[in-house]
Amino acid sequence: MKPFTKLTAIAAPLLRINIDTDAIIPSKEMRSVGKHGLSAGMFANWRYSDPSNRVENPEFILNGEPYRRAEILLTGGNFGCGSSREHAVWAMREWGFRAIVAPSFGAIFRGNCVRNGILPVVLTDNVIKSLSVEVEANPHINRITLDLPKQTLISSRGISYSFEIARADKEMLLLGLDPIGITLRSDEDILAFTRADRVKRPWVYL
Amino acid sequence: MPRTLIDKLWDEHTISDLGDGATLLYIDRIFLHERTGSVSLKGLQEAGRKVLHPEQVFCTMDHIVDTFPGRGDETVMPSGKDFIVTTREAALEAGINLFDIGDERQGIVHVVSAEQGITLPGFTQVCPDSHTCTLGAIGALAWGIGSTEGEHALATKTLVVSKPKVMCVKFEGLLPYGVTSKDMILFLIGKFTAAGGSGYAIEFTGQGIKALPQESRFTLCNMAVEFSAFTGLIPPDDTTFNYLEGRPYAPRNEAWDSALAHWGTLKSDDSAAFDAEISIDCADIVPLISWGTSPGHTVAIDGTVPDPDAAADDDERAAWARAQEYMDLFPGKKMEGLSIDAAFIGSCTNSRLSDLREVARVVKGRHVAEGIKAIVVPGSSQVKNLAEAEGIDAVLIKAGFEWRESGCSMCFFAGGEHFGERERVISSTNRNFENRQGPKTRTHLASPTTVAASALAGKIADVRKLGNDS
Repeated sequence: MKPFTKLTAIAAPLLRINIDTDAIIPSKEMRSVGKHGLSAGMFANWRYSDPSNRVENPEFILNGEPYRRAEILLTGGNFGCGSSREHAVWAMREWGFRAIVAPSFGAIFRGNCVRNGILPVVLTDNVIKSLSVEVEANPHINRITLDLPKQTLISSRGISYSFEIARADKEMLLLGLDPIGITLRSDEDILAFTRADRVKRPWVYL
Repeated sequence: MPRTLIDKLWDEHTISDLGDGATLLYIDRIFLHERTGSVSLKGLQEAGRKVLHPEQVFCTMDHIVDTFPGRGDETVMPSGKDFIVTTREAALEAGINLFDIGDERQGIVHVVSAEQGITLPGFTQVCPDSHTCTLGAIGALAWGIGSTEGEHALATKTLVVSKPKVMCVKFEGLLPYGVTSKDMILFLIGKFTAAGGSGYAIEFTGQGIKALPQESRFTLCNMAVEFSAFTGLIPPDDTTFNYLEGRPYAPRNEAWDSALAHWGTLKSDDSAAFDAEISIDCADIVPLISWGTSPGHTVAIDGTVPDPDAAADDDERAAWARAQEYMDLFPGKKMEGLSIDAAFIGSCTNSRLSDLREVARVVKGRHVAEGIKAIVVPGSSQVKNLAEAEGIDAVLIKAGFEWRESGCSMCFFAGGEHFGERERVISSTNRNFENRQGPKTRTHLASPTTVAASALAGKIADVRKLGNDS
C-alpha cells in the first residue's frame, strides 16, 4: 500500500449528514468476493439515474468537472455510519479518494479507512463549510493540501487547520504498513497473556 | 480505583498498552459469515498466513443464501454461489467451525452465536458485521469490524483497538403494555439522534433492562450501532446464566461452576464513573414507527410525520426534508392508517423464538390483508425447528405469511430477492436507509408485533388496539 505523506488535490463537497455505507456502496454493487472492481458502484444510487445501465445523473457533484478527479471529499457528520462493509472504503479508494474531511465518522468506517490508505480528517462543521465555499468558487484552482506528518490541512488561501489522529493510525498511513506483521512482533507478549489466561478463564479455550 | 464493567473487560483482555489510547486486545471469539468472511479468509490465504486457533473461530451462511424452502448453493443474487463456495472451501481449509447450509446450527450469525453458547459473558468477540454488538446482551464486549481487521484477528487472535469512552444508559421502571425492547432502543435513538452514541461503548442498566427476558435483550443491543455506539452491553445476571446453561459450547460441570463464579464479578463497581449518563423512564415509551431514512426518524405509532422546520439545525432539516421526499410523506401525515405493500419479520434484530411466539399470538385466527406480501424468516435453523415443533409455522401460514428458511433475507438488498420499487414495507429490521430493502423501497422500522398488526390491517397499525387474546 502506498504511503501517505503529503497530498495537494481537488476537493469535492458533499455536505450531507449521516451518509451511510449503504449509500457509499449499495449491497447490490458488492458482486464479487474480492476487494477490487467496486469503484463503478460507488454512490451508485446517487451517481446514476439508472444504476443498472450506468446512466449518469448530471446533478450529482462527482459526475461534474473537475470533481471527477477529486481526491479529497468534504462532507457532513457521521460519514460512513451503518454497515461495517469495508467495500465502502475499497470503492472510494479505487475511485481515487485519498482523504475524507468530516466532523465525525462512523467508527468502523474510520478504522477501515486507515487500514486502506485513506486519511480520515476530523474538522469542525464550520471549517468544512468554509472550505467548501472556497473550493466551489474555483474547484480547478482552489485545491486543498494535507500534510500528515504535520497533521495539518491547508486551504487554497493558505489557512492552516490542525487535525488529530491516533498515533497507530498515523503510522499505518505514513508507512503504508501491514498491521499483521507489526502485531506478530509482539508474539511473546501474546503467548504470555494466553498462558496466564488459560488458568484464569479455561472455558475460553475450546 | 472503581471501574465500569467495560473497563474491567478491557483490562482483562489487554495484552499491551500501545500508547495514545490504543490497546492490543485478546479476542476470545471470531465469527464469520459468507459475505465478508470469505474476503478475510481469502486475504489471509493470499498473504500466506494461517488462522490461529481455528477451534475458536466460527462461520455460518446467512447474508447471501436464499431463504426459499429447499434452498442450496444456487442463489437469486447473481454471484451468490461464488461467496458460498469460496467461504466453504476456505473454512474447511482453515479448519474453523462451519455451520453450513443444511446444518441444524446454521442461521443468522448473531442469533446462532448466542443460542449455541459460543458467546459467553465477559468475552471479547468480533465479526465483520456491524450488528455484532447484539452479543453485548450476553455481557460480552462484542463489536463489528472490517474484513482487513478480520484478517488480523484471525492471524493473531488480537486486535489493536482504541478504547471508547463509556456511557451508562439507564432504563427506569417497567415497560407499558404492548411496548417491547425494540421500542426501547428506537426511543433512545429517536430522542438522542442516530449519532448520539458516537465514541461511546454503552452499558445498559436499570429495572427496565433487568426485567427483559434474554431474547429481548439481544434486540436492544443489536441497535447500539444505529446509535453510532462502539457497542452496547448488559451486565450478565441470572437471566443470562439460565439462558446459557446447557448450551452446546457453554462450559459444563466444574467448568460451569468456575465460569459462573467469574461471571458474577462482571458488573460495574458501585462508584464507577461513566463519561456520560442517560436516564429514560420506561413509562414514557410507546410503540414506535420510523417515518424516514434513519433509525432516528421515529414517532409514536399514533403520531404524525414531523415538520422539518422543527429540526434541531439546518443539516437535520435538510435530512428530514430529503427523507420525507424519498418516503413520499409530508409533515403532519398520520402514521397509523398509512397503507403498506409488504411486511417483513426477521433479521438479527427480531427473529428469535420469543419474537415468533409473539407474532403468532397476534395473528392467530386472523389473516393478512389482501394484496399484502408478508414474510417471516426465522433467525436460525434451530429457531425454525423449535417454532415448527410448537406449531408456530402453521399459525403463520394459515394467517397468510410466507414461512422461510433461515438467513438475513430481505433485511437488505444484495442483488438477490428484494422488495419492489417504491414499495412501502414495514419491517422488524434495524435499518431504513434509502434503497436498503430494494430500489427506492420505503422501509418503516417497528417491533415484530407492530409489523404483524400492520400486516393484518394492510396499513400501519397500533398492536395495542387489537385486543388481548392471550
